[in-house]
Amino acid sequence: MATELQFEHKPKIVFAITDALIMIRRSTTHIVRNTDQLLGTFFQPIMFLVLFAAVFGGAIEKSLPHGVSYINFLMAGIIIQTVAFGSTTTAVSICNDLQQGIIDRFRSLPMNNIAVLSGHVISDLFRNGLSTVVMILAGLAIGFRSSANLFEWLQIAGLIVLFTLAFSWLAAIVGVLAKSVEAVQWLTFVIIFPLTFASSAFVSTDSMNSVLKAFAQNQPITQFIDALRALLLGTPIGNHGWIALAWGLGSMIITIPLASILFRRQASR
Amino acid sequence: MPKPDYVIQAKGLKKSYGSNEVLKGIDLKVERGTMLALLGPNGAGKTTTVRILSTLLKADAGSVMVEGFDVAKDADKVRSVIGLTGQSAAVDELLTGRENMVMMGRLYRLTKQSAKDRAEELLEEFDLLKAANRPAKTYSGGMRRRLDLAVSLIATPPVIFLDEPTTGLDPRSRLAMWDIIKKLMANGTTILLTTQYLEEADQLADQIIVIDGGRVIAEGTATELKSRVGKDRLELGFKDAKALQAATEALGKEVVDTNEKEQSATIIITNTNKDVRHVLDLLTAAKITLVSMAVHKPTLDDVFLSLTGKQTPSKKAGDK
Repeated sequence: MATELQFEHKPKIVFAITDALIMIRRSTTHIVRNTDQLLGTFFQPIMFLVLFAAVFGGAIEKSLPHGVSYINFLMAGIIIQTVAFGSTTTAVSICNDLQQGIIDRFRSLPMNNIAVLSGHVISDLFRNGLSTVVMILAGLAIGFRSSANLFEWLQIAGLIVLFTLAFSWLAAIVGVLAKSVEAVQWLTFVIIFPLTFASSAFVSTDSMNSVLKAFAQNQPITQFIDALRALLLGTPIGNHGWIALAWGLGSMIITIPLASILFRRQASR
Repeated sequence: MPKPDYVIQAKGLKKSYGSNEVLKGIDLKVERGTMLALLGPNGAGKTTTVRILSTLLKADAGSVMVEGFDVAKDADKVRSVIGLTGQSAAVDELLTGRENMVMMGRLYRLTKQSAKDRAEELLEEFDLLKAANRPAKTYSGGMRRRLDLAVSLIATPPVIFLDEPTTGLDPRSRLAMWDIIKKLMANGTTILLTTQYLEEADQLADQIIVIDGGRVIAEGTATELKSRVGKDRLELGFKDAKALQAATEALGKEVVDTNEKEQSATIIITNTNKDVRHVLDLLTAAKITLVSMAVHKPTLDDVFLSLTGKQTPSKKAGDK
């Protein structure tokens, strides 16, 4: 009755890659099918951008260096903040997979299980990329102007990709450890809110009190924002680019294996 | 006689969660092309056993070989020869039926074309072709289970684990599922099924293991298990208490039980023809009129009750 089945015979490493590709396709299909979430992907960044620019713009512009408009200052911060909040989706998707029977299915297959994680992380990169493009277009519509040339735009893209990956792997750990989707929501909230607000995202850190300023100026998110801002506005980048690169790569050296180990452990309960 | 070919062999499986001993040493063997049913109430350790056999869980002690591979050492090899259908339908809700099938086929290392062809074949066989382009979340309970089972068959694995495949299904969907399972057995697939339904084990399985509290409390074929509980019983019903009283006297010590409320008496019989005739002769001689008469064969429910001292889950749920 059954047709003759053809199996692939490839080295393990090749299978690890095809497994990841299959999982990326799965997670990306989720993004497209999940229309509510997709709307959020488009409208949340626009809303943040317009509200911040309109509400705080007038007050904050006075404290900025002469000639810098708030929308130009804000752009880097709001991109990083949106990406950080966007990583919540990775955590939620992974948590969902673990809570439902599907994880047992994947684990009973001769596949590389970590592909489940990388699938969500990479598809999140696509979604965040889309958010970022939407936001830059919206920014251009309300007065944002960049002096970046093609080479600088490539660096900008690279920096955003690095930040997205680094943050999504961090979120993957949250997703693996959280007992429920609700727990994911508040966990990411508790991590992301202080990190993005106590940074140079919305105001110059010079206006903060000394303790907060010390934290805000040295934490990784500020490094990314400052590097991104310098590239967008053509101001001196200093060490921010290198420090951001080190933070991004350094954190992934820890978070990727950690997420994988925790995932294996959590899934085999 | 050729040596039996055991596809699944488990010895001394133990598993605890903290101080809660879920499995206290389970042994089982499944011969090629046969079905073993693990029968037991909720919490007996059925699912834990299946999770260990299918590489999802590590046992604290004991060993498992599936198709000659050790689940602890060669998990990937085991995974390529097994299919698992768990209690909760493990399909991707947002993907369509067809996408689920093809994706899982690819993860089983089927080629793209092979995965596609086999998906079509199974979708048709499982009556899911019409719904193949709808996301799985729109499926009914029965459809979901069928898709789940179809997914585990995508690479035609020689060994299938069915963990309570009909729990929560309506009677019609259950019958449809049984038909599918019978077809699988006809194709020579080796199956391990867990169930709380005695009828299911009776209908489908070649061998039955009854487990309770993490231990095997009985094993054998359905017939063997039934015969362990005892012989056939003859139930005699009478018009009134006076007739019952008279009958009890006439039949003497052959009566093992009387029920005053229903005016009935129970007699154990070994040879239906001879014993029934004998009872009728005695009653006729004593001029006692019989209102009803029935022979009861022991059911697996009786087996369960006598082995565990508990009502069966299906009875409790008012299932029968």
